[in-house]
Amino acid sequence: MPVYPRKSSLGSARGGLHARAAEDAIQSHKASKIRGLSYETSNSSPFSHAPNMLTLLFDGVAYGMLLFVLAVGLSITLGLMNFINLAHGAFAMVGGYAMVILSKQLQIPFLICLPLVFVVVALLGALLEATLYRRMYKKTHLDQVLFSIGLAFMSVAAMDFVMGSSQQNMDLPLWLRGREEWGEAPWVLGVGHYRLFIVAVCALLTLVLQLILSKTRFGSQLRASVDNPVVASGLGIGVNRVFLITFAVGSGLAGLGGALGAEILSIEPLFPLKYMIYFLIVVAVGGTSSITGPLCAAVFLGVADVFGKYYIPQLGGFVVYVLMILILLWRPQGLFIRGAK
Amino acid sequence: MSDPISSSSSFLNLKNHAKIKSWEWVGLLLVLACPWVFVSHAMLVNEIAITALFAVSLDLILGYSGIVSLGQAAFFGWGCYSAGLFAKLWMPDPIVGLVFSTFSGVLLGFVLSFTILRGTDLTRIMVTLGVSLIGYELANRLSGLTGGADGLQGVLMGPVLGLFEFDLIGKVASLYSVTALVLVLVLLRHLVYSPFGVGLTAIRDNRLRAESVGLPVAVRLVVIYSVSAGVAALSGALLAQTTGFASLDVFSFERSADVLLMLVIGGAGWLYGGVVGAIVFKLFQQELSSITPQYWMFWIGLLLVILVLVGREKLFSPFKRLMP
Repeated sequence: MPVYPRKSSLGSARGGLHARAAEDAIQSHKASKIRGLSYETSNSSPFSHAPNMLTLLFDGVAYGMLLFVLAVGLSITLGLMNFINLAHGAFAMVGGYAMVILSKQLQIPFLICLPLVFVVVALLGALLEATLYRRMYKKTHLDQVLFSIGLAFMSVAAMDFVMGSSQQNMDLPLWLRGREEWGEAPWVLGVGHYRLFIVAVCALLTLVLQLILSKTRFGSQLRASVDNPVVASGLGIGVNRVFLITFAVGSGLAGLGGALGAEILSIEPLFPLKYMIYFLIVVAVGGTSSITGPLCAAVFLGVADVFGKYYIPQLGGFVVYVLMILILLWRPQGLFIRGAK
Repeated sequence: MSDPISSSSSFLNLKNHAKIKSWEWVGLLLVLACPWVFVSHAMLVNEIAITALFAVSLDLILGYSGIVSLGQAAFFGWGCYSAGLFAKLWMPDPIVGLVFSTFSGVLLGFVLSFTILRGTDLTRIMVTLGVSLIGYELANRLSGLTGGADGLQGVLMGPVLGLFEFDLIGKVASLYSVTALVLVLVLLRHLVYSPFGVGLTAIRDNRLRAESVGLPVAVRLVVIYSVSAGVAALSGALLAQTTGFASLDVFSFERSADVLLMLVIGGAGWLYGGVVGAIVFKLFQQELSSITPQYWMFWIGLLLVILVLVGREKLFSPFKRLMP
């Protein structure tokens, strides 16, 4: 039989199927190493102290907490305002890049960078909300999906144009680089300072958010605006302003998450598309009626992802996706809801 | 039954409405003529025909049944790999492979249709997206079978009908794909104008009301989802057979997003919307990516944003409004 070297033309427009697939493989390999499997990449090989159950669990929790901070903004816009924003990851990516630029090129200390990044990304979020997102709240879900995919694509290409397609590395400050170990041989808990820091910051943020939403005047205004915008504005609540602030804070938190995770997550132009599914899982599985739901879902997802990728690396993200589908089939409204709506 | 005159006249009405109009035949013939007219761009014609078929498959569930899916690439990829593997491991005959892939796609769609019956738009988006990602992971990890990240290589197809070898410039390939496109369009044209298809639009417009007048909503959705999966698998199979290659790219999220855009450009809920959209999209892509290949994604994104901001009914679907 004659062999025809037929050119594969579907996709050659994007640089050739072959190159792309190979690149994907490298990327996914890198990602799996970075997300869960590499420990102390800077000074020793991952196998010099093979992580055990407790260490993995802790890393999973740290990763989950990070996911929560990244996704909590989405859980508000999607859950409360019922707006499907697939471009949420773009804010996290901007946060990650801002962190890299601020800390590496401008040499600003790590702890000052974090609030700076939050403010920058929140301002960006506010700008986009006022100009673009506001018009989308009332459109159909299909329109929202199309619009936000468009934004995500634009952010990917724009970031590629400005910063180049390679992955960005972060230099952690010295005090975050160490690692503690506690316990006896089979149950050693190895805790990287950086991951401990992430857990602490995320826990603090969660607490503050919960307090703001449940105890403050602004929290009440937000819940009122979501439940019934017409009545809320009739009562003198500036619904637009409330949504604007909420959206800005949500984006800012995503940016902060991106900045915090710049070392664990791979900061690269494809970030918004790569992590989109993770953010959506947190929101869809966690349900939207409280802040604890997404938190539990995020921690669960983080642990499942780290364990899955460590014990059965040949399956990759498979475990997480299957779990998500099963959970959504079982409870379409999410795991943690008060009464079906 | 109680009023035979009006029911029979409405039946006639429906039947008249469902008749394939003469301009449609002309259009289908024009599509059939494309491989002969654009011989020098045969590969492009082939590509457009395949993408059009894929867009039509999404139209069946999105445009006609109102199911927002972000994972139609799952079925496309399934068709692609199953056709490639069928030819490689079993039988190089294209037609048999095509039939095999289509029916396996229908079967997969049937199984997966139960995942989209419940829940909200968000749940469906998540589940469909999840399924296509699982497809991607499977194709990536089962590298012994699929070639993993290198793609499925060494797919050698036999001649079509035992007579026409696939040639280098892609003339036979384009004829093959375009013929498949036209045949499927004619079949689906009958389907969507049948009482079954009218029932689907009723479900799309108001599910509760459709249920109350006694339409078996779940059954209808299962059937149309399976059919749509079959058509998507068919288009994927065409790609694998005409290019002799299958790569992980076929499962990618971008593919699902692109096809959504095409459908919206051409007009969803209109059978030829996918075809028009695919032609416009592919030509646009051809032009733009020759200028800035790596930033093609930016222009697509911009197009999507503008499309929604201006209102897709106003901006596009002029084709839809012109036609009855």
